[in-house]
Amino acid sequence: MEVQTIEKRGKSVDEAIKAALDELNCEIDDVVIEVIEEPTKGLLGLVKKPAVIKVSRREKPEEDVRRMLEDLLNKMKLEYRINNVEWDEGKVRINITGKDMGLLIGRKGETLNAVQFILGLIVNRNREEKVRVVLDVEDYRKKREESLEALALRLSDKVKKTRRNVVMRPMSSQERRVVHTILQGDPQITTYSLGDEPNRKVVISLKK
Amino acid sequence: MKDLVEFIARSLVDDPDAVDVTEIEGERSIILELRVAPDDMGKVIGKQGKIAKAIRTITKATAAKEGKRVVVEILK
Repeated sequence: MEVQTIEKRGKSVDEAIKAALDELNCEIDDVVIEVIEEPTKGLLGLVKKPAVIKVSRREKPEEDVRRMLEDLLNKMKLEYRINNVEWDEGKVRINITGKDMGLLIGRKGETLNAVQFILGLIVNRNREEKVRVVLDVEDYRKKREESLEALALRLSDKVKKTRRNVVMRPMSSQERRVVHTILQGDPQITTYSLGDEPNRKVVISLKK
Repeated sequence: MKDLVEFIARSLVDDPDAVDVTEIEGERSIILELRVAPDDMGKVIGKQGKIAKAIRTITKATAAKEGKRVVVEILK
C-alpha cells in the first residue's frame, strides 16, 4: 500500500503536527502520528531540542479501491475512464465509461461481476473493516437494479391479489438483495430465499 | 495475458513469490498454467471454484479482444 510519510520538527509536538497537516493538506483524522522525540527546553524557556514527529497519511479506502481497479483494468488492456468514485458507509461505488465497455460487461454482466468479485477480494485481503465494492458501467447496473425493483413491486401486487407465493428466477446474491430491500417496507409482504447457489431464488409471499 | 493472471493470483495469495504462470501460445488459443503454493490453492480456487471461475471469465474477456481463446489451468 502506498503511504505518504513525512517527518516534521517544531517547537512543540502540536506545532509540528499542525505543520505536517498543512503540508499533507489533510485533516487530523486522515493521518497516523508517531512522536519520535519530545522537545526539551533549555534555560529561560528556550527550546533546546525541537519535537520530531512522523506523520503518515492513511490511504482512504476509495482511493485504494480505485488504484487497484486501475491496475486490473490496465492489465486487461481496456480503454476506459473512471467517471466517479462514491464512498458511502463501507461501500465504494465506481462508475466506468469508455470504448471497451461491452467487453467489460460481458454476457449478462458476467465479466463485470467477475471483475467486481475479484476486486472485492483483493481490496479486503488485508483490511479489518470490510469494504463492499460495486462496479458500474455507464449505469448498466443502476438500470438493471431499477428494472428489478419494478419487477419485484409488480410481483408483490400479484401476490397480494392472488394470495399465492411467487418464486422468482435464480438470481445472484446482489440481485436478491435488491428484491429483499425494495419489499422490506411492505407490511403485507415477506421475502426469503430458497435453494442453493447458483440456483438460489427469492420467494415473495404474504405475511401471515 | 500472462501478466493479468499473475497479477490477480499474486494479489490473492499469501505467498506471492510462489506464484508462477506459464504461457503456451498457439495460433488461435492460449493456455495459461497457474501454479501457487499448496496452502494458497484455496485462495485461487474458492468455494465451489468461484474464484477460479472469475479468473477464467476475466481472462476470456481479455483474450476476446485479441480474437483468441484462452484456457486457464490451475496446477498442483
